[in-house]
Formats: sequence, C-alpha cells, structure tokens
Amino acid sequence: MQHLKLLANDNRGLNELENGTSLMGWHEVTQGSILLSFEGDATHIAHLKSEERTYSGYNSYTATVASWRVLKPVYNRDICIDCQNCWVWCPDSSILSRDKQMLGIDYDHCKGCSVCVEVCPTNPKSLIMFSEQTLLEDALTQWPEKKKKEDK
Amino acid sequence: MAEKYDLQEREVWDGNFAASQALRQAQVDVVAAYPITPSTPIVENYGSYVANGYIDGEFVMVESEHAAMSGCVGASAAGGRVATATSSQGFALMTEVLYQASGMRLPIVLAVVNRSLASPLNVRGDHSDMYLGRDSGWIQLDCFNAQEAYDLTLCTFKIGENHDVRLPVMVHQDGFITSHTAQNVYPLRDEVAYGFVGEFKPVDDMLDFSRPVTYGAQTEEDWHFEHKARQHKALMDSRSIIDDVFVQFKEISGREYKRVESYMMEDAEVAIVALGTTVETCIIAARELRKEEGVKAGVVAPRCFRPFPFDKIRDALGNVKAIACLDRSSPGGAMGALFNEVSAAIYTTDARPLVTNFIYGLGGRDFSIAEAKRIFKEQKAHVDAGKITTDIQQFSGLRGPHLGFFQTKRS
Repeated sequence: MQHLKLLANDNRGLNELENGTSLMGWHEVTQGSILLSFEGDATHIAHLKSEERTYSGYNSYTATVASWRVLKPVYNRDICIDCQNCWVWCPDSSILSRDKQMLGIDYDHCKGCSVCVEVCPTNPKSLIMFSEQTLLEDALTQWPEKKKKEDK
Repeated sequence: MAEKYDLQEREVWDGNFAASQALRQAQVDVVAAYPITPSTPIVENYGSYVANGYIDGEFVMVESEHAAMSGCVGASAAGGRVATATSSQGFALMTEVLYQASGMRLPIVLAVVNRSLASPLNVRGDHSDMYLGRDSGWIQLDCFNAQEAYDLTLCTFKIGENHDVRLPVMVHQDGFITSHTAQNVYPLRDEVAYGFVGEFKPVDDMLDFSRPVTYGAQTEEDWHFEHKARQHKALMDSRSIIDDVFVQFKEISGREYKRVESYMMEDAEVAIVALGTTVETCIIAARELRKEEGVKAGVVAPRCFRPFPFDKIRDALGNVKAIACLDRSSPGGAMGALFNEVSAAIYTTDARPLVTNFIYGLGGRDFSIAEAKRIFKEQKAHVDAGKITTDIQQFSGLRGPHLGFFQTKRS
C-alpha cells in the first residue's frame, strides 16, 4: 500500500485553492499576475526529481485539489506490469513513477477523472476507482478476481 | 548591426511610412501581423526592412489579428521588443488579446491607423476603433500628422518599456488623412533615435531558464480585483513618465509634446476639444475666426487619450465659457466619450462652462474648416445667451433633418 504523501516535498499540496492562507493587498500582488515557479536559480531544475525541486509558493505543486474528488484511483502493485500507460495518459501528472516502475498516486493533485483506470490493460485492472472515503488498505482487500474469457 | 538606411534631413513620408521608420529605428525584434487597410504598409515596410537586412528582427505571418496580437504576447513574454499594426475590424478581432497583453503587463507597441467599424463596411477614418480600445488597459497616444506618427511611435517604446510602467501602448493616427498623405517629416538619425529608445530591458522574460515563470494565471474573486487594481494604478501613474519621455524627446528633436495640447487657449472664450487630424482643422478655423470676427477661439486636444488626462484637461479648460467636444465615433446610445470625460473633469472645478457634444466625421466624412468655424460661432452664441441654445448632442455634417438630443436644464 502506498503512502498518501508518496515522494512528496514538504510543501506539496499545502494550500487549498478555495481559501488562500495569505491574502495580499493590491500593492503586494505580483506585476501582471506573473508567478515565479521556483525559489532560487532553476537553471538545471529539469534534471531534478520533483521531490528535489524548490517549488515556490506560487507553484501549483503547493496547492491541493484533493477535495474536488468523489472517487479516487487505488493502485495495486501485485497486478501492475509497469507498462506506464497510466503515466502517459494522466492529464494532471499525478501518476508517480521512477525508472519506469509505477509507484502510486499523487493524491494532492489527482482529480479523480479515472483515465488511468480506463487505460490500464491488466486483468484484473491494477488501478480501480473507489469512493473517496474508502481506506487504501480496505480497497486492496476488495480487489476483483481475474475475469475469465466468456464463451461465444 | 544591421545595414545602414539612407535618411535625408527632411523626408516626404506618409503616416504609415513614418511609423514604420520608427519601428526600424527602434530595432523591433518581432512583428506578428495581419494586413488590413489602411495600416498594412506599416508592417509591410517592417517586413521589407527585415528582408533587406535593415533590421535584425523577425516578421511572423499569422492567420488573423487575434493571432497577430497573440504572437506579440508570446514574443513579448519571451523577452523581445515587439510591435504590430492594425485598423478597424482587425482591431476588433484583436480586442480579446489586448486585455491579455495589458493584464500581463507586456509593453507591446500597437500602431493603430484609425478606421470606422462595420456595419456598413467602410475603410475610411473615424475613431470607432480607438474608442473600442479605451477600456483595454493600454496607454493610447494620438497623432495629428505624419511627423507626430513618427515621433510618438518612438516615444511609445520608451514609455511602455519603462520598468515603472510595463504597459502596452497604442499610437493612433487617422486612416488615410494621416496614413496616406505624404508630408514633410524630419527624422532623427538612426543612432540618435535608438539612443533615445534604448536597449530593451526584459522583465520576467520566459527565455530566462534560470527563473521560470507562469504567465496568464487564473484568479477568481479572491485575487482578480487586486490584480486589476494594481494594473489600473500603473496606468494612472504612467502620466508622469509620459511627461518625462516627452521632455527627453524635446531635448533630442526640438519638438514638444504634452499629454494635453492647447492652442490659442491663453485668452480663449470658446474652445473645441477634438482628436486626430480634426485638431489641425480646428486650429486653422480658430486662427481665421480670431482674425475675421474677433472670436476668441481655442483648441484643446488630448494627446494622451489613455490614461485620460483628467488633471491636464481641467488646467486647459478652466477659463473658457463654452466648449464643444467633438466625437468621431458613433456613441451607441450615449453622449460621446470625449464629452462625458471632459465634462466630468471640469465638473470637479469651480468653472461651469457650457459643454455641448458633436458627433461628426463618421466613416471618413470630411470635416471642413467652415464647419469648425460654425461650431465655434455656435459656442459664442451660447456664451452670449448665457446658456446652451441648441440640443446638447448634435450631429455635424449629416444629411437630412436636424438630429440632436437633450436640452439644457440650466437657467
């Protein structure tokens, strides 16, 4: 079972979008609503893994959209074949993978669209949507059996 | 450095050519443009300067004016000096992106050759497009002839790119009357002009990979208001920087510009407030009328249409008894914009001049010296009667029965 804050930096998913914590006055907001992505020199930041990057408070990395979800994908390591289909298709970069090995879900940024489940090719699927309140360990005990081919 | 362009001390240029020469001398990096009458030669000439090696720049051909301004937004955010030109329908199609450019504080220069808006279709000059841009958050400067089209296009870069401003700037000239009329223009030498405009100094440029930034963020009710307020403050505060740039321009050229131009206003009793080439028509009318009939006529012209020179308009019109505000745009169910804004400014002073509104010159309808004189004399009649004796809004130069709206309630 994956950790909810898998591969997360200290500031991942810190802020709810709906109620920013530090509401600045007009004189303090950035010019042109232009937002700095990283703290410090970011010249080689593309070579760093996300948990090694210095995301600024303006970066969406520090915001969470977890509350938007009704259903969440749950990942089952025992069935996954590391095909990376879900990683390719996820529209929010919320599939966490290292060295082409699938690790789990970024639950701070996943909006529960279930595209990853749709594109998962295994039988049974290695990603299945469960209600948001279902605990990960409970979900894993409810995994379906392999489907047999139906007779024609 | 690019090829040397041979310039005479005095050239015979139309407004379009004058504006394009200013783009060349400012060494604009990127022009993304789509052709439309009557502004086409500005960007066409820039394209030829690039092709012939006079500028180290890039001409981006696009499929519409919406794309043209979008290309300018991209190039400006990337960190380049950017300009384009348009008119009328093209301006209307650009409008959505005009707000994007000003909101992102991108100092793009847009040469607008004023032309009416359809329907019915018309390629001639009026101020419909200029008025359409007046809430877009751009600085808007207005030229009355080809020399000014050249001078003020150079000034726009220095104003918009100032780090305390960082706003896009439109430089307006009247379609055909300025854009296609060849006049004497005295250009600056290339090195003097470029020395005045200066090197482009980028801010938050996207090509700085050490400092990645997000442009075009979404801000809902918790943030949008603050961002728009800060933008408005920058636009209001640009007034003093515009004044500074005009002072610096006078030092290199000898030619003086002000946010509000006043002609024969020292002792004027009646005044016309107008924009564009009409200003010169009214100056001639006022001069002749003073000689012929002793009417103390003067002319006031907002050189800077946005930010609206609320302060300078009050100074210019504080002592006159009657004012005619001339709007060259169909007002769409209201008084003309110039009438509304000038009246509002004067209303905050002790002066209570008699202010009337003329809608004139739509679709390039000629505005004559004789008509300007008639309007001056009508103002004089108001003064003598002690009240407005006509409708407050009238149409000037219109065929058919008299058309006018609203009468004064002052006794």
